[in-house]
Amino acid sequence: MYQWDFAFLWSYRWLFLKGLGVTVAFTVGIVLLGLVIGQLAALAKLSKWAPLRILSHTYIELFRCTPVLVQLVWFYYALPVLSGIEISAVSAAMLALSLYGGSFYAEIIRGGIVSIDPGQTEAGAALGMTPFQTMRRIILPQAFKRMVPPLMNQSIIQFKNTSLVSVLAVPDLLYQGQVAAHDSYRPLEVYTAIAVAYFVILYPLTILVRKGEEALARND
Amino acid sequence: MEKPKIEISGLNKKFGDLAVLKGISLSVEAGSVVAIIGPSGSGKSTLLRCINLLVTPDGGQIRVGEDAFTFGPGTKLPGTRDLARFRSNTGMVFQHFNLFPHMSVLGNVMEAPVTVRKKSKAEARELALALLAKVGLSDKADEFPARLSGGQKQRVAIARALAMQPDVMLFDEATSALDPELVGEVLGVMKKLATEGMTMVIVTHEIAFAREVADRVIFMRDGIVAEEGPAHQVIDAPRETATQAFLSHFHRGGHHQTAETAP
Ligand SMILES: Nc1ncnc2c1ncn2[C@@H]1O[C@H](COP(=O)(O)OP(=O)(O)O)[C@@H](O)[C@H]1O
Ligand SMILES: [Mg+2]
Repeated sequence: MYQWDFAFLWSYRWLFLKGLGVTVAFTVGIVLLGLVIGQLAALAKLSKWAPLRILSHTYIELFRCTPVLVQLVWFYYALPVLSGIEISAVSAAMLALSLYGGSFYAEIIRGGIVSIDPGQTEAGAALGMTPFQTMRRIILPQAFKRMVPPLMNQSIIQFKNTSLVSVLAVPDLLYQGQVAAHDSYRPLEVYTAIAVAYFVILYPLTILVRKGEEALARND
Repeated sequence: MEKPKIEISGLNKKFGDLAVLKGISLSVEAGSVVAIIGPSGSGKSTLLRCINLLVTPDGGQIRVGEDAFTFGPGTKLPGTRDLARFRSNTGMVFQHFNLFPHMSVLGNVMEAPVTVRKKSKAEARELALALLAKVGLSDKADEFPARLSGGQKQRVAIARALAMQPDVMLFDEATSALDPELVGEVLGVMKKLATEGMTMVIVTHEIAFAREVADRVIFMRDGIVAEEGPAHQVIDAPRETATQAFLSHFHRGGHHQTAETAP
């Protein structure tokens, strides 16, 4: 029988905390950037201008249909060769994960917008509102309520995806775990502790999302 | 004589291969009420939605007040800003109300004056409250649309359209989605508007109402104006067999005959 011993982990607490800080900061960054990209891509896909629609569609499908790990590695190793611009591991990871998340956010946002009764757009137009005013005042506020739970779900996935940046040696929680595991020769305890840390953060969030979904179902 | 408020000539509209409007012409005198009747699918809604350009015609001319547009090959379509400004002068009431569910009744009525006309909140609020009083809903100002009956919703929708102080009001089957006992309260508001001199175009299946309130009635069939004339003449003594056949589906009271009550 394996003799579990978690006590030694305490001596790595600052390392883990630093890693967790990087993970959280990274998540915040890619969620915010991803939402901006997703919003733009969603509006582009709803544009009446065909080239914009095609561009957005191509981006969304490209990023949804390739593994995020491949994207991460591609941005770090292949992009500099193609563009001739050196790119740091953090920038490459940030870019790849934001674009990846953005492609999913875009479909959630677009879905939320088109789920609103076309009669709402017509009512706005009939009152003399411009398409922009109708989108901002009438459509988005209604669509946003429906989008929040799926956007949060996707952001939870993004939180977990940040663990992939460790392959580019970005010092996130998992990367620091690897350091601790090598150092202590006790990978079992280290990786278990890391799994628990992710779970403790994400499980309450999933409950929050479920509550939100239930409230939405009651209102509709 | 004063020139008509609305003038339409040679209006054409196709959806794909389906010709929905085939050379419609009509004019509406300022302060008069025109009712459009006809079977389902005859193009009544499309015609109404062309008048405020929610639907862009393929050909023909539309003039409402001082704004005139010509449609057809080689003509430039109005831009979004021109369209919005044009539409702000015509009010439209829809069959399914289309109230904004995320805003209170007061918010619904204040929205366009604030966002489009850039009125101050206080000014818009005063106007909205006056209009809600006019449609008999002062006590519902702070409710949300979901908590109103169909008749109340439609009266809010009328107040919302009036808040833009339009020259013309368009009604597309404003009472068709209502329970029978709620129809009267909405027709009452529409009648009041008519007597106040609002120029109105009404698509309706309420034949008795059209006879009583409208100055002229247009009978549409398959995308054309099949008959047009003074309301009493078209409804009491239709000349065309198609109009006679259509009107025979209604009781004298003006309600649509259902299968159970048909002879
Ligand atoms: N946006 C649209 N796209 C395609 N067909 C339409 C559209 N709107 C209306 N139609 C068709 O045009 C015809 C006339 O419709 P409509 O104007 O709504 O008639 P009515 O109001 O008299 O019932 C119908 O056959 C309808 O299916
Ligand atoms: Mg119709």
